[in-house]
Amino acid sequence: MKNNEIGMSLIVKTITRLTIGLILIYGIYISMFSSAHPGGGFAGGVIIALSFIHIMLAFGKGIALKKLTGKIIVSLMSISALLIICLAVPNFIGKDLREGIPVSDIAISLMVGMGLFLAFMALALMTPHRGQS
Amino acid sequence: MEIHLILIFMIIFALAAIEIKDLLSSVVAMSAVGLGLCFAFLILKAPNLAITQLVVELLCLILLIRATINKDLPLVKDGRWFFNTISTFVFVAVFLSFIYFALKELPRFGEPLMRLSQQYFDRTAVGNTVNAITVNFRHLDALAEIAVLFAAIIGVLAVMRKVGRIHEE
Amino acid sequence: MVIYMLCFVLFCIGLYGVLRKRNIIKIIIGIGIMEYAVNLFLIVLGYRVRGRAPIFSSDQQVLNMVDPLPQAVVLTTIVISLATTLLLAAIAIRIYEKYKTFDITKIKRLRG
Repeated sequence: MKNNEIGMSLIVKTITRLTIGLILIYGIYISMFSSAHPGGGFAGGVIIALSFIHIMLAFGKGIALKKLTGKIIVSLMSISALLIICLAVPNFIGKDLREGIPVSDIAISLMVGMGLFLAFMALALMTPHRGQS
Repeated sequence: MEIHLILIFMIIFALAAIEIKDLLSSVVAMSAVGLGLCFAFLILKAPNLAITQLVVELLCLILLIRATINKDLPLVKDGRWFFNTISTFVFVAVFLSFIYFALKELPRFGEPLMRLSQQYFDRTAVGNTVNAITVNFRHLDALAEIAVLFAAIIGVLAVMRKVGRIHEE
Repeated sequence: MVIYMLCFVLFCIGLYGVLRKRNIIKIIIGIGIMEYAVNLFLIVLGYRVRGRAPIFSSDQQVLNMVDPLPQAVVLTTIVISLATTLLLAAIAIRIYEKYKTFDITKIKRLRG
């Protein structure tokens, strides 16, 4: 009962608990198999960010930050940025990256997803109601 | 054709989004324009863009509703009505005159030139050609694009900081 | 040619919204509609009549495919438009918080 006070109603929470894994798996699928099917790194990253935003809208900010803490966000973003640079510079010189397309797409999707989640968390945490009283 | 019908649908909803007084209704009407754009991408044979446009449209809808909900709009009377309207129509007329000269040089609808894409076809053997161009030939461009996205995110973090400024005044 | 003209009409509606309206949310909506029009125009330039989607399979001819290069460019444009909308919405929220209005002519106390 105490859990129902923050966030939306009980129906929304139950449906979110059922569908959140499917959305996350669909985002990973879109970004991982994009070399042969429609999709891409950016669409997969935005879907991954939308799944965490879904948790944030349904359960409140604290639960979403407990699932995905700041250290995990920063370390994932740093690793994927290094990976993108390591793949982009040889490609600019002229190397063929045909086998590296799934790795690069996963790196781009992690980067975009974590960044958008960070921006929405900034919009939600620094709410105007705190400074108005 | 279907594409004309979808474009007329988009134009009607764009007019509604510009002209409706209620802010929440106009945000939803803009989202309808984006949905029409997603259908247009599907008809024009661009499934990658259709997926990306649909998802980005959802994110923009959540963001703009967050910005407009629980905020009333005081009715403003437009001052300097005549001058604003005249300058707007002058800008639109200049744009249309540029279009009149540019329209002679465009290729006909349905017959692209494909001068540069032929080189991509010869060197690409994987399934999804758009993704191969983005990753395999223009990877530094993708890196710069992510840099632009992160500059915007840093801008959001910088704009939304320092809540206590209102108390200090 | 009709379809090009419809794209330009959509662009002009967005331009009218940006120049004429005084509400910040309406200006953001106008910028979004202009971005939609430009994306659609670039995709229409690369369309081929009775072409196929640019995804290879075993039984497909290369010559029968739509142009994939504008699609790769528009993919960049969509992400950048998302970044622009994010920053503009943050600035709009901040302005409402400080001045209690969305009207751009009421914002007079700008001092850096």
